[in-house]
Amino acid sequence: MLKILKYSFYDLIRSRWSYVYFLFYLALGFVLLFLNNDVSKAVITLMNVIIVLIPLIGTIFGVMYYYNSREFTELLLAQPINRRAIFMGQYFGVAGSLTLSLVLGLGIPFVLYGLLRSNAIFDFTLLLVTGAFLTFIFVGLSFVIAISNENKIKGFGYAVLLWLFLAVVYDGLFLMSLIVFEEYPLDTFSLVATALNPIDLSRILILLKLDISALLGYTGAIFKKFFGTDLGFLVSMAILLLWTILPILGLSLKAKRKDF
Amino acid sequence: MTIHIENLHKKFGKNQVLKGVDLTITEGHIYAILGPNGSGKTTLIKSILGMVIPDKGQISILDRPIKKDWKYRKHINYLPQIANFPPNIKVRELIHMITDLRNSPSAKKELIERFGLEPFLNKKLSTLSGGTKQKVNIVLTFMFNSPLIILDEPTTGLDPRALIYLKELIQKEKAQGKTILITSHIMQFVQEMADEILYLLEGEIYFKGSIAKLLEDTQQKNFEHAIAAITTTKSHA
Repeated sequence: MLKILKYSFYDLIRSRWSYVYFLFYLALGFVLLFLNNDVSKAVITLMNVIIVLIPLIGTIFGVMYYYNSREFTELLLAQPINRRAIFMGQYFGVAGSLTLSLVLGLGIPFVLYGLLRSNAIFDFTLLLVTGAFLTFIFVGLSFVIAISNENKIKGFGYAVLLWLFLAVVYDGLFLMSLIVFEEYPLDTFSLVATALNPIDLSRILILLKLDISALLGYTGAIFKKFFGTDLGFLVSMAILLLWTILPILGLSLKAKRKDF
Repeated sequence: MTIHIENLHKKFGKNQVLKGVDLTITEGHIYAILGPNGSGKTTLIKSILGMVIPDKGQISILDRPIKKDWKYRKHINYLPQIANFPPNIKVRELIHMITDLRNSPSAKKELIERFGLEPFLNKKLSTLSGGTKQKVNIVLTFMFNSPLIILDEPTTGLDPRALIYLKELIQKEKAQGKTILITSHIMQFVQEMADEILYLLEGEIYFKGSIAKLLEDTQQKNFEHAIAAITTTKSHA
């Protein structure tokens, strides 16, 4: 698997898009820091951008990479290599190089700005960690979608729909259900509903770490009570981890049964 | 024996492609797998390679069942039908990568010279013509020393000189006692190379035997006509 990972990684590192992605974060980091002059505020703005953008890029990159390397995959399948190793190698290659772009792209401006000496380092680390989780989750989901659909257009469509659902529609439905059922106690419901969507979960996690949950009113208080504690934090991380593992398991199961 | 297949079935959706193939392939011969389009030739080959997972039946290679195994592919060199390579890498890198992945000694240098690929080594695969890609494909297939060689339409796009080299190469491998499976629609090539014909029809082996036997059974004088006539005569293998 490591050899496949190595080649996928090299292949992506040399691709133009990895650089565009990297440069985008680099520019974003510099602009935010030097226009804002406040690391905490920069982290919040970054969070708003990242939380939507990372899943989108992860989804699109994952689907594109899978379909573009289909011929190569077939070449590899005839070689004495374990099937699972081929797909796992490609998956970690894509997710790894995207994560590297993110960490380096944002890390360089922040380090230059003097992050290491500021208090925001934990917030910033959390931002990068959730960003990495989101990358792995959405690349995994998009690989599962791509391997299940021979038709490129269909696969691409489903992947973008999934992103749209989790990033936009889910929140809408969530809010609507809160309004419709406002007569009822919704504490547990909103906690569970948030935990089930990796994008929402990441957002809440970062917001709570930034100690601005007071802005969220009553809901914020509930969230703070649960996610703000060490236990809540651990549970959230466990859920993110679960979100990462499930697509990987799905991918290896699909890969085992598929005909090429 | 090199390959032993028992009662192989495979269905794609509603399309039953293989309907109980039984086949034994012994070593040191060249076998041609023939049949009309969609008769299951490629599916049969891909089942042997483990790229297609059969619904029913057993395949053994070098006396070992291949189910849930992948190490056996070390003993197979496979030339895929359509040479679709990753577009962004150079010929040299691709050859290096496959050598690295297989981790076995390769005779790449001699083959590259033979097919005149030196000028293309530093070119990206997407810029190559179909015939040149096929030559790269052939180099990748023949550079390892394996007892079983499977060639899916090896002649596609080759110029006459490369075709002669390919034929020499196949004969040389055969002389070393290797088993070679070929599918081809070029009857002249098949006639020249093959010791045995396997004719697939609608997912079953319809005929198995030498060219002489085929001519006798179909009562034709010409090989090409014999293949065309094979389905109209009642002879069964």
